[in-house]
Amino acid sequence: MNLLEILSYGFIQRALLAGTLIALLCSVLGVFLVLRRLSLIGDGLAHVTFGSTAIALALKFYSVMSLLVTMPIVLLASLGILKLTEKGRLSGDAAIGLVSALGISAGIILASVGGGYNVDLLSFLFGNILSIRSEEVVIAALLCLGVMLMLTLYYHELFAISFSDELAKVSGIHTSFINSVLVLLTALSVVLAMKLVGIMLISSLLIVPAAAALQLARGFKVCIVLAALQGCSSVIIGIIISIMSNLPASASIVMVNLLFFAAACVIRRIKYPT
Amino acid sequence: MPGEIVSTELLSCSYREGRVLEDVSFQVARGDYVGIVGPNGSGKSTLIKALLGLVTINKGSASLFGTPLSGFRDWHKVGYLPQSLHLVNPVFPATVHETVGLGLLSLKRFPKRLNRADKEKINIILEELAISDLEHKLIGELSGGQLQRVLLARAIVNDPELLVLDEPTAALDPETRGRFYAMIADINRSRGVTVLLVTHDSGAIGEHASKMLYLDKKILFYGGFDEFCHSPEMSSLFGEHSQHLMCHRH
Repeated sequence: MNLLEILSYGFIQRALLAGTLIALLCSVLGVFLVLRRLSLIGDGLAHVTFGSTAIALALKFYSVMSLLVTMPIVLLASLGILKLTEKGRLSGDAAIGLVSALGISAGIILASVGGGYNVDLLSFLFGNILSIRSEEVVIAALLCLGVMLMLTLYYHELFAISFSDELAKVSGIHTSFINSVLVLLTALSVVLAMKLVGIMLISSLLIVPAAAALQLARGFKVCIVLAALQGCSSVIIGIIISIMSNLPASASIVMVNLLFFAAACVIRRIKYPT
Repeated sequence: MPGEIVSTELLSCSYREGRVLEDVSFQVARGDYVGIVGPNGSGKSTLIKALLGLVTINKGSASLFGTPLSGFRDWHKVGYLPQSLHLVNPVFPATVHETVGLGLLSLKRFPKRLNRADKEKINIILEELAISDLEHKLIGELSGGQLQRVLLARAIVNDPELLVLDEPTAALDPETRGRFYAMIADINRSRGVTVLLVTHDSGAIGEHASKMLYLDKKILFYGGFDEFCHSPEMSSLFGEHSQHLMCHRH
């Protein structure tokens, strides 16, 4: 099968379009999360998505309709992580671990009560972008537009809190509001990204492009652009490799991302030897 | 009182370990250069943070520019320079130009955008502080002295009326430290900016400050520098020799 033939299939076009949009969101948000030392929030929220998906399936909400259950739960969980960090005398990673444990254990219990794991639930573990439907692509596109708009509107505030919470506060920025915006946008993106790479690999979509961009970027805006380019290219290349080599799409996307990261480290070594 | 830039009334702050500030009352007038000194753990940084709303005030009150802190919104009038070493993430990818631009956000309404005039303003302040050549460097690539000047540029790029500095020279060598103090004194004199400076370096600050505040959880001394030099209480705290050295340099 040649490349043109591959690209002519509707399900591949849908996967490439939705995957690129989701990767764009995750990689841009990832830069802020990595710099805020909240890298693992994606993992935590993915586990909560697993639990909430089990609830959705138990309530007989399937496919796109499951978002009606998962979205509000994951959004609330993201705020819960933030509040635990701010008020609960917990560090960010401990708060993420706590919420993550709650999400995954709730998912396991509900799946077990509901008669064991089914295909739908397992597809959330490892993702299944090639099975994405047209209506899911539309939802991904709309949410992507919304999240990118918010990121554009709050770019400077997000930049300021990533640099220093203390200095941002003294600049009159409502840091707790901006933090809430950041985790809520992350929660939306994580729910979307579940379909792409599944909960096992979701954090790589947030962390790896940002980590690679940090190796090479000379400027904050440049860092965001580099991360976005890497995130999107990894999805496109990963999906094509997975089809041509009959490999799982999620793992292929993550492996391409990791190769980009390795290349960025090598380039950094050569360009800035000290 | 009108014209007061900073005012506190019986201000007290506590952490879990106990009370850090107790009944602190003082006023700072426009154009003052106040050096805040005191031993380790005396509450100097907490006082600064309380004035900027960064820590909770348990008792008493504070106001900036005549407005109680809880209702204060004119943050563009305040420039703040904390201890840089604790502040900057060495892998943060921002350039010097981008970092200084953050200082202009307090002037902007939502959605905050920097325009061409703002970029020009950044270039001017970089030139004034003689760091134009660093414009495109990443902040993680700077030396301690360079970083401190960049953060000072960030703090004053919005033309603040009050500049608050918390041990800004802690990581600098003596020569760079001297140049930095001279720069702050120049900002105070030439721009009429009120300065509140926390330091361990009571000797160097004596060269420039118009007022001294000695803090050890409570205010033990607050007044003009000459008064400070002749204060028997300060003499007993510092020892006559140190007090003489400090005042002689002045």
